[in-house]
Amino acid sequence: MTLAIAILLTIITAATPLLIAAIGELVVERSGVLNLGVEGMMIMGAASGVAVAIVTGSSALGVVAAIGAGVALAAIFALLTLGLAANQYASGLALTIFGTGLSGVVGAPFVGIQREGIGRITIPFLSDIPLIGPVLFRQDLFVYASVALVIGVSWFLWRTKAGLVLRACGENPVSAHALGYRVLRIRLYAVLFGGGCAGLAGAYLSLVLTPFWTSGMTAGRGWIALAIVVFASWLPFRAMLGAYLFGGLIILQLHAQTAGVAIPSQFLAALPYLLTIVALTLIMAARRGTGAGSVAPAGLGQPFTPDR
Amino acid sequence: MALVFERRPEAGKWALILSPLLAVVLTLVSSLVIFWMLGQDPLRALSVYFWQPVSDAWGLQEVAVKATPLVLIAVGLALCFRSNNWNIGAEGQFLIGAICGGGVAVWTHGWGGPWVLPLMLAAGALGGMAYALIPAVLKVSLRVNEILVSLMLVYVADLLLDWLVRGPWRDPLGFNMPQTVTFASEATLPVLFDGGRTNIGTLMALAVVLVAAVVMARTLKGFEIRLVGQAPRAARFAGFSDARLTLTVFAVSGALAGLAGVLEAAGTVRQLMPGLSVGYGFTAIIVAFLGRLNPVGCLIAGVFIAITFIGGENAQIVLRLPRDMTLVFQGMLLFYILACDTLILYRVKRRVPGAEAQA
Repeated sequence: MTLAIAILLTIITAATPLLIAAIGELVVERSGVLNLGVEGMMIMGAASGVAVAIVTGSSALGVVAAIGAGVALAAIFALLTLGLAANQYASGLALTIFGTGLSGVVGAPFVGIQREGIGRITIPFLSDIPLIGPVLFRQDLFVYASVALVIGVSWFLWRTKAGLVLRACGENPVSAHALGYRVLRIRLYAVLFGGGCAGLAGAYLSLVLTPFWTSGMTAGRGWIALAIVVFASWLPFRAMLGAYLFGGLIILQLHAQTAGVAIPSQFLAALPYLLTIVALTLIMAARRGTGAGSVAPAGLGQPFTPDR
Repeated sequence: MALVFERRPEAGKWALILSPLLAVVLTLVSSLVIFWMLGQDPLRALSVYFWQPVSDAWGLQEVAVKATPLVLIAVGLALCFRSNNWNIGAEGQFLIGAICGGGVAVWTHGWGGPWVLPLMLAAGALGGMAYALIPAVLKVSLRVNEILVSLMLVYVADLLLDWLVRGPWRDPLGFNMPQTVTFASEATLPVLFDGGRTNIGTLMALAVVLVAAVVMARTLKGFEIRLVGQAPRAARFAGFSDARLTLTVFAVSGALAGLAGVLEAAGTVRQLMPGLSVGYGFTAIIVAFLGRLNPVGCLIAGVFIAITFIGGENAQIVLRLPRDMTLVFQGMLLFYILACDTLILYRVKRRVPGAEAQA
């Protein structure tokens, strides 16, 4: 019982950064922009979060700085892809390279400095319920925030007019523009939101999960978040499911390593990446089987300039 | 305020050269500012990064050593990017090339002959090709996103190399260090100059640039690649097959990255070890764009980026700047290239509100 709870708890902590980053990117892609810079924004969030938290001694300021860093990098991306209609693939890759490098520079003075991570919140009484108590009511704020994000984004995209307009920009920017909507401005907001989410996800890594800075600590999580968006067919609740599946796989792999399974640790460590490929392949095969065609936003990755 | 882009009718060949040059200048200016912010003497830092690497014969050889893998990989990536195929896993294909070629060296260690080296090169190129075909086949058969698959395979290749050099291929006499035996002399590339580090791999890279330039400019395949990238619909009407082209460019770029990997293992490092690549596969993406997705351009860009690579290593020692600084410059450079492309090919105008009615 306690082992089951422990495993569930670790799965949640492994899944939360993936979920936060994926939800942000989901909104970005729904607006028709593909930002491949998630990994870069995430690791900059992790670096600036831990740096500011150490300097100021405040985890809250660290989180704010992480979100700010993500938004700032997203703004560079927006300037290039929206302002200058540059190639989104190349701009996103540049953002990842730039963010990875900058995080190393920003984080260099803080390597190896341990600090106390952000703790969990215990909700009185409810957290004493067996099994679901510790799992649901004894989590850190990020976990609650990630669930709130999923619900909020789902509500926004399908229950508000602004959400409908945002999706229209992703499906058919030309029509949305013809109807008088400011496509580029809406996409800008979406990109900045995605950057903030990626930064927040990074903060979770460096302030909660492993409360110190190591270079390259995101280890491809930003890319897995991108894969989750595809896997989730651009639907928020499915992204949640996907993030928890991947979180479960990562934890399973870690447990197998510590349990001394007779498989080399490198093979287990490669599993999340291999399973990402398998998951993407299966979901595409399943989609072809149903004949549903592509479920991606129709205008995804296409630059849009109002008057060109 | 709204900005309007108008295609410059006069933007000709000069723009194609001017834009990357402008990007380089802007990157240099920005790095001056960054050095100043980091409390360094900007001019000294600039000289460490960009001048010292080319100021003596040893440095020039080192530039050639670093530029060789970058150019080889970038030429392949340029073919991919031109035809809208986003192979960003060259780093993985590079490592698999090194593993396959290095595996031959480990296997034949002690009983090889002059046939070992050609076998290694072939194994490396084929290994890289096969590895690149995984995302390509998934893309053409099931439309699986090639960006994510090729990238995930980088991590897998990295872990595979790590396992091999710590496990089955570890040098039994290597004091438990995670590395293979040092390759025998018949499994290493001949050097170009006595006592130098440049090897015949550099000549191969030059030959590849030449062949690729001719193929792109003078053959039907080259036309097909350019057409699919610029006008996919027209290419389809012309009867070119998307799927076949995707497989071709992935295979070629994988083979070139694999060749770069085995050249690095057999020429420069002379054994397999973790950290064999210093990120050549990712840096080559920038080289490809800086070189305007053109083989000869990739050669020039590869040399330039190689200089900053060595400059970054020097700066780590001389200025105590983190090595990641190089990545910052590379990212910035790519930002500027992309921005300059738009600014040079299009004229940016401010749209005055109210003037829209006549537009």
